[in-house]
Amino acid sequence: MLVPISWLNEYIDLKDIQLNEYCDRMIMSGSNIEEAYKVLSGIKGIVLGRAVKVEKHPDADKLFVIQVDVGTEVLQIITGADNVTEGAVVPVILHGGVLPDGRKIKKGKLRGLESNGMLCSPEELGCEDKVIPVTMRDGIWILEDLGFEMGADFAEKYQVEEDVVDFEITPNRPDCLCMIGMAREASAVFERPLKYPEIVINNEVDDIKDYIDVEIKRSDLCSRYVARAVKDVKVAPSPWWMQKRLMAAGVRPINNIVDITNYVMLEYGTPLHAFDINTVEGRKIIVDVAEEGEKFVTLDGAERILDKDSLLIKDAKKGIALAGIMGGLNSEIEDDTQTILIEAARFDPDGTRRTAKRLGMRTEASARFEKGVDANLCRTAADRVCQLVEMLGAGTVIKGAVDVYPEELKAVTTKVRTERVNGLLGIDLTTEDMKNIFEKLEIKVEAEGDVMTATPPTVRFDLLEEIDYVEEVARIYGYDNHPSTLPAGAEVAAKLPEREIEDLIKDKLMGMGLSEIQTYSFVSPRGVDKILVDENSYKRDFVKLINPLGEENSVMRTTLIPNMLEVLERNNARYIPKVEAFELGRLFLNAFKTPEGLPQEPKALSIGMYGKDCDFYGLKGVVESLLAELGIEGEEYKAEKEIKTFHPGRCASVSKDGELIGVFGEISSAVVEQYNLPERVYVAELDFEKLFALCDLEILYKPIPKYPAMDRDIALVVKDEVESGDIIKVIKENGGELLERVELFDIYKGKQVAEGCKSMAYSLRYRDLTKTLTDEEIAGPHKKILAALNEAFGASLREE
Amino acid sequence: MQEQLKAILESAKQNIANASTKEDIEKIRVDYLGKKGQLTGILKSMGSLSKEERPIVGKIANEVRESIETMIADAAAAVKAAEKDVKIKEETLDVTVPGTQRKLGAKHPISVTIDEITKIFMSMGFSVADGPEVETVFNNFDGLNAPQNHPSRDLTDTFYIEDQENVLLRTQTSTVQIRTLLSQEPPIKIISPGRCFRCDTPDATHSPMFHQVEGLVVGEGITMADLKGTLDAFVKKLFGPETKTKLRPHHFPFTEPSAEVDVSCFKCGGKGCSVCKGSGWIEILGAGLVHPNVLKVGGIDTEKYSGFAFGMGVERVAMLKYEIDDIRLLYENDMRFIEQFK
Repeated sequence: MLVPISWLNEYIDLKDIQLNEYCDRMIMSGSNIEEAYKVLSGIKGIVLGRAVKVEKHPDADKLFVIQVDVGTEVLQIITGADNVTEGAVVPVILHGGVLPDGRKIKKGKLRGLESNGMLCSPEELGCEDKVIPVTMRDGIWILEDLGFEMGADFAEKYQVEEDVVDFEITPNRPDCLCMIGMAREASAVFERPLKYPEIVINNEVDDIKDYIDVEIKRSDLCSRYVARAVKDVKVAPSPWWMQKRLMAAGVRPINNIVDITNYVMLEYGTPLHAFDINTVEGRKIIVDVAEEGEKFVTLDGAERILDKDSLLIKDAKKGIALAGIMGGLNSEIEDDTQTILIEAARFDPDGTRRTAKRLGMRTEASARFEKGVDANLCRTAADRVCQLVEMLGAGTVIKGAVDVYPEELKAVTTKVRTERVNGLLGIDLTTEDMKNIFEKLEIKVEAEGDVMTATPPTVRFDLLEEIDYVEEVARIYGYDNHPSTLPAGAEVAAKLPEREIEDLIKDKLMGMGLSEIQTYSFVSPRGVDKILVDENSYKRDFVKLINPLGEENSVMRTTLIPNMLEVLERNNARYIPKVEAFELGRLFLNAFKTPEGLPQEPKALSIGMYGKDCDFYGLKGVVESLLAELGIEGEEYKAEKEIKTFHPGRCASVSKDGELIGVFGEISSAVVEQYNLPERVYVAELDFEKLFALCDLEILYKPIPKYPAMDRDIALVVKDEVESGDIIKVIKENGGELLERVELFDIYKGKQVAEGCKSMAYSLRYRDLTKTLTDEEIAGPHKKILAALNEAFGASLREE
Repeated sequence: MQEQLKAILESAKQNIANASTKEDIEKIRVDYLGKKGQLTGILKSMGSLSKEERPIVGKIANEVRESIETMIADAAAAVKAAEKDVKIKEETLDVTVPGTQRKLGAKHPISVTIDEITKIFMSMGFSVADGPEVETVFNNFDGLNAPQNHPSRDLTDTFYIEDQENVLLRTQTSTVQIRTLLSQEPPIKIISPGRCFRCDTPDATHSPMFHQVEGLVVGEGITMADLKGTLDAFVKKLFGPETKTKLRPHHFPFTEPSAEVDVSCFKCGGKGCSVCKGSGWIEILGAGLVHPNVLKVGGIDTEKYSGFAFGMGVERVAMLKYEIDDIRLLYENDMRFIEQFK
């Protein structure tokens, strides 16, 4: 919402307030400001000139030779613009002058003819394209002749520089989308009176009843319709003062009639529309919905297909305007229009929004109707248009108005308790203080003791409940004046236990040298293809977005592995030689629903690494250490040969008591080829929910053994396919109570070992907590272990 | 014989003085004091001396032996000391050469920021709550008093889920407000950090996925002044004790009255710099008193209880704090970026 400060000063006197102070205080009372700036500043040394003679350049088709009277002399200036006519007043920059953008203008010759300066276009002087009148967009700025002497300073005489403040109006305050609305706010903030325009029409003729009749068939969609008329219309440019204000407010001047309706819309916030009354057949306006599928051509020339909920302004025979959105091409004001109808109506916000949205149209008018227009202002706005028509000599006003207003809009009256307002804000104002604040905002207040009965102006749609008045007190009293306290109470803060474990996992992994990554929750469905997830896996049952930004973000992730591989890929592409990373994040499983019917969102932990010293056992070591740090003991590792994501000979699952915790291993070459990855990449994906359920962080002290242990090393020769996990299992099962620990310390293949076999060396530690062991005491269990190994794997003890 | 002894002593003295290694000294010891040594030889031949001469020569011979022994011991000590010096010299390191690094991993800056914010609020008695990212329209909009026609509900602003009615990706962690109000009785004092999603095409300042920390306090006699005090205490801990807070009135559907909260720029102290774009203030939070319509969702007696809520963008805080100029860096996960946050 652009507010030119000089325009605002029509309704409230703020001339002595500095722009900075105005902005600060408006912001602190709730009118946020995007920006405050000056328009058309820095115009210096541009003088007024009158084109006294306009001729074509003898040697150039597209150039004109203009003799310009600049007061002291008549200068010859060559221009490429074709909109300069004899007698036109134009801004002229003389030899040696500087344009606002810093360009210096010098005399010179154009196709053999001298040019002693330049005629300026609005753009060259700093106008934004969107506000430049159409006829001047590619031409010279043709000024209204205000009777100044030629050669006078343009910027000074036409007072072109203007302070403009761009307000960011929140959706609850459509009343602020106009000059009077912003003046009302300023009036409360600066405690100065608000001056409404005095509407007087000096000469009214005929009777509106002879011109138009109005019928509202759908009062649910149009609660008021005011029609006034003007005859003997003279369509012409509007005067400089009006053009200047419209341009500063970001609106392009068109002609006097359109400019007046725009001016009044910006003044009161009420959209207005003007029809050529001669196109209104039967001299009757009917506010009704369209037929289903009815075709209608709007002002912009586009054919729109309406439905039976689209509100249409019709005459006796046809539609003439899409209510509150855009007029019809068939009733447009033309230069030869004689008599016009001024419409000031209140169209329903939801109905307008629905139709505008359905047709993909959003106009200044529809935006305002969507937010809400005060029906009680319709007549005032129509009268104000008529007043300006008369003032500008744009036509003769017809007496009276047709005003169809079946049910007057009444303000909602609310009880406001002083104690309640103070209690919520933590302040201590009296009823009188609050009454003052409300009255400054034109809210009528009747106080009875501690209770106020408040009636807002009908333009304030946002004041409906007591809490809305609390807000008014808060913002006008000012947050700066509120005390600053801390809430009473002594709650003991707690983290969710899940978050504690998440934090612990992150800390442990970082301690092992891994860094945390965070990737998007939405991914491409191709990710599971690339990592060769089984066709019927639940990981292919996606939570899909209706409106994704693109295929690459179209489904919610069901595994963290593709994300991890993409991150590894990106780092590899950037020549980062080694990466060790992890991510702890949510998965979204459409196949499993919560009691509310939402997809389950279990958390998962992915670990990924490549580069020097990274191998399967390195990754396994991270998994083992992490589990140990979480107090998870006795987990089992099993070779997994069927998971296509991984190398069939270098993949394991880890589980505890039959419950799968996760899988890890080297990424299969088929998957590596899908990405730009190094040959060897190691990835794990663990189920955080399992880790959380299994973790046991209670530490119980175990006594330090008093008696020495006895160590026995054994080296077994077994077939290659025998797994160490199974050997250890057999050793433990047969070791009895004395066996304290068993550890693999060497695997050997070579000369002394038969082909297809390997030697596995284990260190066994025996201990009795109550006494020192003797060789004889461990001979039994040790023998039993060897026998069991022999039976289970045909393992023979290797001779050293 | 006495002459001989003197000569032995002299020559021993000479030899010891010339000895420079352990081996030299050992050789000298053997030469003079060994079984076949010169002194030993003399002592052996003492039998040929007269009774009278024997004690005199014996005494001298013992003195000579003691002297040689002492000289050898001293020389050995000197050589040992010299060798130690050499060893120390040989083993001397360039201590300015960098140490062997123990590699530690780094935490993602978003986690670092969330941790920091969480820690501050926990110290103020806030517990941490959680909720799903795929949410109901009710928890994300309706329950939070968002008007039915609010533009944020549009398909151009919010991601919706296929084949499921009224399910979306939450656009704010305020959803946890509704979940908490429905499941807990006052007093409530929580924060809820988490991921949110909005239909923004990624660029330097926008990301379709981002993080928020939401806060909610509900109790008897909770006021706007409490909100002001709480946020003031928070920003002083996050950005330093000199930080000032400014509340600007604003509008949100789920709070009334509402405010946007600015903090004095922690880079320039409010003088104006590139971080605060010259204004001296940085917008950091949205906040307000919980709208009665929201409290009513949880069946809370709005005459008895009141509350405040606030929300902040984690990316924004992280980007301001670390002067990160492109939000996309946060989700590229380039290790050279991540590893800076140790």
